[in-house]
Amino acid sequence: MKKREPSGGLHFYTPDPEEATEQWLAEEGVSAGFPSPADDFKEVRISLDKTLIKNKEATFYARVDGESMIEAGLDDGDLLVIDRSLEPQDGKIAVCFIDGNFTVKRLKVTATEVMLMPENKNYKPILVTEDNELLIWGIVTFVVKAV
Amino acid sequence: MFALVDCNNFYASCERIFQPQLKGKPIAILSNNDGCVIARSNEAKALGLPMGAPAFKYKHFFKTHQVRVFSSNYPLYGDMSGRIMSVLKQFTPKVEVYSIDEAFLQFEGFDRYDLSQYGMDIKKRVRKWTGMPVSIGVAPSKALAKVANKIAKKFSDKTQGVYVIDSDEKRIKALKWTKIEDVWGIGNKHSKRLQLQNVHTAYDFTQLPDAWVRKEMSVVGLRLKKDLEGEATLLLEEGASSKKAIATTRSFDKNVTQLADLKERVSTFASLCAEKLRRQQSSCHLIYVFVRSNPFQKNQPQYRNGQMITLPFATHSSLRLSQSAVKVVEKLYRPGIQYKKAGVIVMGLVPSRERQLDLFSEENPKHDALMQAIDSVHKKYGRHKIKIANQNLRRTFAMKQAHLSPQYTTHIDDIIRIK
Repeated sequence: MKKREPSGGLHFYTPDPEEATEQWLAEEGVSAGFPSPADDFKEVRISLDKTLIKNKEATFYARVDGESMIEAGLDDGDLLVIDRSLEPQDGKIAVCFIDGNFTVKRLKVTATEVMLMPENKNYKPILVTEDNELLIWGIVTFVVKAV
Repeated sequence: MFALVDCNNFYASCERIFQPQLKGKPIAILSNNDGCVIARSNEAKALGLPMGAPAFKYKHFFKTHQVRVFSSNYPLYGDMSGRIMSVLKQFTPKVEVYSIDEAFLQFEGFDRYDLSQYGMDIKKRVRKWTGMPVSIGVAPSKALAKVANKIAKKFSDKTQGVYVIDSDEKRIKALKWTKIEDVWGIGNKHSKRLQLQNVHTAYDFTQLPDAWVRKEMSVVGLRLKKDLEGEATLLLEEGASSKKAIATTRSFDKNVTQLADLKERVSTFASLCAEKLRRQQSSCHLIYVFVRSNPFQKNQPQYRNGQMITLPFATHSSLRLSQSAVKVVEKLYRPGIQYKKAGVIVMGLVPSRERQLDLFSEENPKHDALMQAIDSVHKKYGRHKIKIANQNLRRTFAMKQAHLSPQYTTHIDDIIRIK
């Protein structure tokens, strides 16, 4: 696929004819004689699964409930793609389990502390202390939203 | 070398992954009818909750001890099991799915690996990727791997969940620790007889003369003895049957290349599993089908693959199991492969209802379900409500799963919600 120049903040993709696997040809039945030239291209439609799931054993889905991350583009009701196999790092958005509740926040990891950062002015960062029981459940890799 | 990877309290752990607040809390899983306890967390075991406890009798117990009770959620358990098996396959191509929560791994040409470290890597990856805690026993044979696994689990503080039997000293120590009735494949009948012979541990068993074992326990017993002596006699996909699964697997006399033939074989295996299920009055929730080429024919393209599916309800119907097995094999089949072996394993076993009419035991499982539904409606509302069951079978089913957790991984409306 070729990436076009960004226009208005959006990237558009156009199929590159050299990349046959990106093309979809109709699965026409051929009654007799020659095999269909389309046979070689069967089941090669673009797969969102393939795009969104890098590690199928470790990938889980969750739904956003609330608005603490709206400035990061995570709106109420959005679908999160979570990869448990990725290591938690500073700046990653993570699904965390803290003190009995699931929460999605951006990780801020410094030499001395771990903070769970909301991206909504109305919410306060959570400083993780020894008294908290924190489990980093997985790393958010994609957000799927209805528009 | 072989490894046995066994999930710790599999059903309870599946629930905990999606409800981490249940860590350290007692959990009980009920059978498909919410009838009796089929799985317990360690905390529930410690409270003295017995396996098979009838749920209605233990209502008070659950309440006083704050036991979290779940209906069995086979779509979730099946999916988690599939993920775990798939992770295990990344560590060695030779994996035998032994039951929903156990797998044997075979390591060939791993001489230069530190298997203790390798086991730890396996454990860590399964835990990180899927959330499932596992214990791993590594040893020169399958029967010893089973013993090692028990040690890994029992002494998890010391072993950190991984134990390797890699010397005769360790082997003998382990066998002396293992009671004869706990040895893999030694049934009740044999263990009683052996105890009369003053055989109380697995070690005592290995000290018996071969001839005696062969005479009294047939060649199967002798192979088990060899296995315990450290001579791998039981191959992958062989060995004593698990209480948690029933397998029918066969090598073909002649390689199979056509899908139609493979379908026929797998369908037969599924029917055999169904027969075995009915004989022991069980039904299964999950069916696993695998196919493979002959690894010894190095000049041929190699392929091995397997897949597990969750059945809509527990069944022991030959018809239903055959259909499902065929559906799976259609997916697994790749043309151009010489198939040498295939198998069907049914898992997630539950006791079939005792009052089942024989008339329907060979019938479409919808009849089984209908029978169950009618029974339950009869019990609840009296005879005249049969029509309700007929019109809305699923709903009647749902009533019997009062404590069902969401299908977190197989149903989009059930995924976890995060604030």
